[in-house]
Amino acid sequence: MNEMQFLTWVRGQGLDLAVSLFLLGVLWRLLEIYGLGRKKDLTAPRHASGASGWHTVFRRSLPAESMLKKSPVTYIAGYTFHLGLGLVVFLFAPHIKLIQSLTGLHWPGLPSQFIDLIAIVTIAAMVVVLADRISKPVKRFISTFEDWFTWLVTFLPLLTGWLAVRHLLLPYTSMLAVHILCVEILLIVLPFTKLFHAFTVFGSRWYNGTVNGHKGVVV
Amino acid sequence: MHGPLIETLARQGVTRRTFMKYCATLASMMALPPAAGRAMAEAMAAAPSASKRPSVIWLPFQECTGCTESITRSHSPTLEGLIFDVISLDYQETLMAAAGHQAEEALHAAMKANEGKYLLIVDGSIPLGLDGAYSCIGGKSNLETLKEVAKGAAAIVAMGSCAAYGGLPRANPNPTGAVSVADIIKDKPIINIPGCPPIPVVMTGVLAHFLTFGSLPELDKLGRPKAFYGETIHDRCYRRPFYDQGKFAKTFDDEGARNGWCLFELGCKGPITHNACATVKWNGGTSWPVESGHGCLGCSEPDFWDGGGFYKALSMPANPLKMVAGAAAVGVAVGVATSVLNRGKKGAARAAHEKTTLADLEK
Amino acid sequence: MSASLEKGVRVLKEMIDAPIASYFSSCVHCGLCAEACLFYTETGDPKYTPIHKLEPMRRLYEQEYTLLGRLKKMVGLSKPVTDAELGQWQELVYNSCTLCGRCSAVCPMGNDIVYMVRKFREGMSAAGHAPVGIKGAVNRTVNIGSPMGVKLPAVKAQMKHVEEDHGIPIPMDVVGAEYLVMLSSMEIINFPEYLAAIAKIMKQAGRTWTLCSTAFEATNAGMQIGNSDLARVIVSRIVEGAEKLKVKTVISPECGHAYTALRWEGANLIGRPFTFKVQHIIEVLGEFQEKGLLKTEGFETDRLTFHDPCQLARRGGVIQPQRNLMNMVAKNFVEMPDAGYMNWCCGGGGGASAIEEGEELRLAAFKKKKSQLEAVKPDRLVTACANCRIVLEEGLEHYQMDIPVIGLTELIAEHIPDLAKSEGA
Repeated sequence: MNEMQFLTWVRGQGLDLAVSLFLLGVLWRLLEIYGLGRKKDLTAPRHASGASGWHTVFRRSLPAESMLKKSPVTYIAGYTFHLGLGLVVFLFAPHIKLIQSLTGLHWPGLPSQFIDLIAIVTIAAMVVVLADRISKPVKRFISTFEDWFTWLVTFLPLLTGWLAVRHLLLPYTSMLAVHILCVEILLIVLPFTKLFHAFTVFGSRWYNGTVNGHKGVVV
Repeated sequence: MHGPLIETLARQGVTRRTFMKYCATLASMMALPPAAGRAMAEAMAAAPSASKRPSVIWLPFQECTGCTESITRSHSPTLEGLIFDVISLDYQETLMAAAGHQAEEALHAAMKANEGKYLLIVDGSIPLGLDGAYSCIGGKSNLETLKEVAKGAAAIVAMGSCAAYGGLPRANPNPTGAVSVADIIKDKPIINIPGCPPIPVVMTGVLAHFLTFGSLPELDKLGRPKAFYGETIHDRCYRRPFYDQGKFAKTFDDEGARNGWCLFELGCKGPITHNACATVKWNGGTSWPVESGHGCLGCSEPDFWDGGGFYKALSMPANPLKMVAGAAAVGVAVGVATSVLNRGKKGAARAAHEKTTLADLEK
Repeated sequence: MSASLEKGVRVLKEMIDAPIASYFSSCVHCGLCAEACLFYTETGDPKYTPIHKLEPMRRLYEQEYTLLGRLKKMVGLSKPVTDAELGQWQELVYNSCTLCGRCSAVCPMGNDIVYMVRKFREGMSAAGHAPVGIKGAVNRTVNIGSPMGVKLPAVKAQMKHVEEDHGIPIPMDVVGAEYLVMLSSMEIINFPEYLAAIAKIMKQAGRTWTLCSTAFEATNAGMQIGNSDLARVIVSRIVEGAEKLKVKTVISPECGHAYTALRWEGANLIGRPFTFKVQHIIEVLGEFQEKGLLKTEGFETDRLTFHDPCQLARRGGVIQPQRNLMNMVAKNFVEMPDAGYMNWCCGGGGGASAIEEGEELRLAAFKKKKSQLEAVKPDRLVTACANCRIVLEEGLEHYQMDIPVIGLTELIAEHIPDLAKSEGA
């Protein structure tokens, strides 16, 4: 398989497969998780829980009181890499073009110099996150194979994408193909690992917020 | 510097100075030291009488003659064409006066006289389907001819994407079973000069190198001379700053297109195409595809016909959503099935509930 | 004598629901919950990371309720939960968790970790891995009527004392009273001032109230051990009492877990909504204050601070009333760092104070409270939970800190003008 065939495969059948497995996995897992249901709460609410679930979905994106000081690396590097990933994924012109071709939706991107800078910062943040996981006793203690593995499958698309744009290490064609392949691995792995928090975080926060709202705890 | 070549050129109105400059340019393009230009000029100028010129055999297979057109019609006076004055082109169907048996005789005579020394140029792919019946010359299939002629060649130049990779004939679904020269010949040095067609100066540069140093230039892993194919179109494109700024033409007649912005989104394959178009240009340096407003097709890369469409941006997948409906259905089915299993299991656990009493807290 | 691993597993299969599945699927092992847990912060031992306390349940969830987990178990990639493992986890699930809910409050994924620990305890108790101390408390509550073995005669003796000391009759079994006042045995034995305070406050407010001879104990060790069947037995007595006496509101005493058991679990335990309201005494006092039914005179002038019981504040949603009440009677009320929603637990909630072998750990965790107190250096510490009060007193004594602990209700009652005098005027 030469470079072009490899690229053709990852853009063609490989992507078909990855996107399909991703969608399959997400639907399967969402049904598997939320299909378990829960008992109705019969206790009298202090307030109708109203929008407290939704409020918590947003509110938990901010550090809880006094926690930022306790674990600054977790928060700052965590924010940086999540935001950075979001910006790189959704504001890099070729990515927008991809989304447009699939969905018809499009929006203005950021100049590639900015994206390049964001990518570097994001890569750095992810390295910090990894170093933190290795060096903090609690994180090391609760880490499993999955934690190291998911870090890698998240990191690789970012790194290979940046290398491709910068024409480093491999010729652009090969690196682009490797980049797409890494994204495909990420897509396939996501529903079946802790990366699925990208979906369940909303459900989890909502449950927590609703229960708190029911009790009248400020959320 | 004197010699038959200089005189010929002078007759065509090309001065010695122009010739020297051309050789120097050639050498610099091939990233050779400055002295190499002079060496090349001397080697070519000193080309001996017709009988001692190196013999070149040019075999056309499944091709469109575009490659020959490219080199012979480059520009006038033909500096690229000068190469024909330093070689003895003993067989070239399109250009030779002879035909039929005469032509075949010329071929065999040249092969015999220069055995082990002649340079073989091939353009076009070789069909393997129907025992090679798709393309025959003088009653022989291209495969037979290639094997026969290659045997006595010093080296082979695969001219154009068809000879180098199979090209258009090999494009999906490849009805003739076309393959490249390198797919068949394994025991000779082969140099690929892909392009559809290749740039004339690339070909003359390679020939000049061969004539001067008696060897092939340094090649990349696809067998292409690194000097010309070392960088991508995108690396050298004059529109690159627009790409870096995120300024893209969205259609061929919008504001961006008129402003000369990057053609990435219109399907330009520059980022994955290794060729010298952006620096050498075409038609005597007049222009090149991107300059004329059209994205690069990627013609010097293998299988460029099957890359998913000339007007589809590189970042575009072919059609990843074609299976999503099926995938969604399977996902929902698996999810619902698990859910039903889970509820059954939970229900069974609940049904089996024995009310705990105080005694039940103890083992 | 029938607790077994199988039983525990079966109970857990009953317990695991969509929120738990969502929580486990969301956890990214960021470890922030550890920073919120006083058992980790004060010992530095990573095994006290809250989410780690649930590891056996997480594996069971994965093996029982996810397709891939079933496969993993089938091919031996995922080890089944063993009895020995649950035994090992007892310390993590009971001794080192007070169900304080700080972890649930900080988890960036929104995971309600305490919700899960509460459910995990159902399986642990069914598997026979509950601590002896809490088992004893459950036994006494179910058999005798209160976790400390207090019986009705002791309550009656208290009533008599109060009637003699304050001249206010204490009603018992009065049908149609507005409020049914519950007690915790801690109050009956150690803090009798509470009953007197209620009597004074109710009298001033002009509200009718009563005790119930068949349901005076509010604490629910069944909930702390994590057994719904036993918790139901205990809570049903209160429901029956309240319905028999046709009261409008049942008042939970100054006890955090009693409040949670009655207010947020009770209806679910008996499987139908209550026909009466449940309020914590602090909520009632807050309401009286707002309506002008609570009138006090004079102020405390020494430096006071307030310790928020977890179940009342973070898990119960009552944060402001106690502050309004404090300010009503105290001139010099100061807040500890993290007070209110994020207050640190006393270290003995959720049944932990009943675990004898957990004392050393509890005292180590108390260093958190110590540092909070050292930051404001109060003369006295006020709270609204008898269990907090006992645990605080133990901790303060251990660290030789001379800070008396008092209940908020008593403090308020001390400032209610002498009734005889006010009647005379």
